[in-house]
Amino acid sequence: MTAPPPLRIFLVDDERPARDRMREVLGDLAGELPNVVVGEAATGPEGLTLLPQLPVDVALVDIHMPEMNGMEFARHLAALERPPAVVFVTAHDQYAIEAFELNALDYLLKPVRGPRLAAALTRARAGGAVRREPLERAAAAAGHGPRRYLSVSERGRIHLVPVADIVYLKAELKYVTVRTAEREHLLEESLASLEQEFGARFVRVHRSCLVARGRVRGFERVVDEDGEGAGWAVLLDGIADRLPVSRRQWPIVKALANG
Amino acid sequence: MNHVRDALPDFRNLGVVARILVIVNLAALLAAAVKAPGLGQLADAFVDIALVVEPVLIASLCLLWAANRWLAGRPYWVGVAVIAVGVMWLTAGAEWLRASVDSEALGVLRAGSFALLLTAFLAGYFHLRNRALSPALAEARLQALQARIRPHFLFNTLNAVLSLIRKDPKRAEHALEDLADLYRMVMADAADLTTLGREIELARQYLNLEQLRLGPRLAVEWKIEDAPADALVPPLLLQPLVENAVYHGIEPGAAPGTIEIAIRRERDRLHVKLTNPYHPDHQHRQGNRIALANIRERLQLHFDVEAELATEVSGPNFEIRMAMPYRRAASRPAPDSRAAA
Repeated sequence: MTAPPPLRIFLVDDERPARDRMREVLGDLAGELPNVVVGEAATGPEGLTLLPQLPVDVALVDIHMPEMNGMEFARHLAALERPPAVVFVTAHDQYAIEAFELNALDYLLKPVRGPRLAAALTRARAGGAVRREPLERAAAAAGHGPRRYLSVSERGRIHLVPVADIVYLKAELKYVTVRTAEREHLLEESLASLEQEFGARFVRVHRSCLVARGRVRGFERVVDEDGEGAGWAVLLDGIADRLPVSRRQWPIVKALANG
Repeated sequence: MNHVRDALPDFRNLGVVARILVIVNLAALLAAAVKAPGLGQLADAFVDIALVVEPVLIASLCLLWAANRWLAGRPYWVGVAVIAVGVMWLTAGAEWLRASVDSEALGVLRAGSFALLLTAFLAGYFHLRNRALSPALAEARLQALQARIRPHFLFNTLNAVLSLIRKDPKRAEHALEDLADLYRMVMADAADLTTLGREIELARQYLNLEQLRLGPRLAVEWKIEDAPADALVPPLLLQPLVENAVYHGIEPGAAPGTIEIAIRRERDRLHVKLTNPYHPDHQHRQGNRIALANIRERLQLHFDVEAELATEVSGPNFEIRMAMPYRRAASRPAPDSRAAA
């Protein structure tokens, strides 16, 4: 029987000494568990740029990072066509650890011991790709708050859209259109779950549309599409689109404008 | 275990002076209410009493201010007796002076006894207050904070030290020594007050360790040329705030950030200012508030109304400002708690 090919590993941790240490421990394990570190990143966004271009079996991901925490990183990674397995690494985050155990996600504690790392890598190789659902449940349970980016997978790359740049989200037939001042993206998520996650930032103006509260510039009287009476439309900061406000949502939207 | 040391209050503390003023005037008002036949005459009766009470009160406070240090050096009961006798004589003297122009005077003996009773009451009040507040309570608050240095910091630092052992054993050794010193100081038996010099040293060691893992992301600016190292401050005044500054100000940013620590003495006040980058969208897990509330509480226990602590978001930065009276450590050599630990 031939030896399995070396496990290809990608490291994501904002602290350089922590990445160095992980390389050392992996080097020590190379005899019993052949492995090779194919790349590393100091932040989530950097990792999402590099990793999709590399052949990676397992990503070792720190939880507590600036810009994008480890759980959000893994959720964006799950959008890839062939995502790697993910093992989380944390020094101390009681909430995250409980969430991992509830959702059968694998994690390691810093400082990481060789045998534990070997066991986690073996399981990861057998367990396969990271999946979105348990991650979403774990992120909610860990209380890490909403994501900072939405991710769109385009031709094998992950394109990140900062949530802060989004002007509105509109449900289409199968997708949600994400509109920023510059352009549009198509997202495979449901508007209802987006509203639940980002309710603090967006307000629903219509059955199929969420608008960023901070981007509402004013309102304009318009004639309803069916020609019956007049309704209101939202004027937005930075883009010319006018979005109709449904009668049901008008009191809520108006209260926002007055507040 | 927590033996409470009986001590006179600090007569130069604004809070103590205010308390004496309020209590003595309330007592005078009470006496006036008893003496006055009706509500209409209350004001007259009060003015009548105030004529003796206020000069004695002001004179006593001035004398206590002057004799504060001398009194603090005497045994507790000697101090109380000296003050009681002094106040009694002052009152009797004032009353005697008044008796020479006013036939309705209270009488030297009665006025003196009244003063003695009131002084005894005040002594009792400050005694009880002392028991209730310090040092047992201050120590309990301190212990709550001691238990709170973030595990996150400890494990990440140990991990960073592990990364050094093969490449740079000397630096790893220094880091472990820093870590040992830091924990020894943090866990040291709670001294009543410590010196600013030691607090600065503690914060410095802590920041050295954070530097190890954060590297160029953490810049520290010390502005302490005018900081008096001998100033007395509550223990663990700086380190928890510096720890918060790293946790909330540096770690959430991918770009480098600066923590500025400015300490200066201005006449008899000590001013401490801590600045760190502010990340409004960073999730706060309460940690910040707990440390701030704890330090504010202990500042009050030690300095009463003379200490202030304020926080402010100013532009891209978060600022904490503290001010407290400048007290110098006594000339006796401060016991080295490292030796005791």
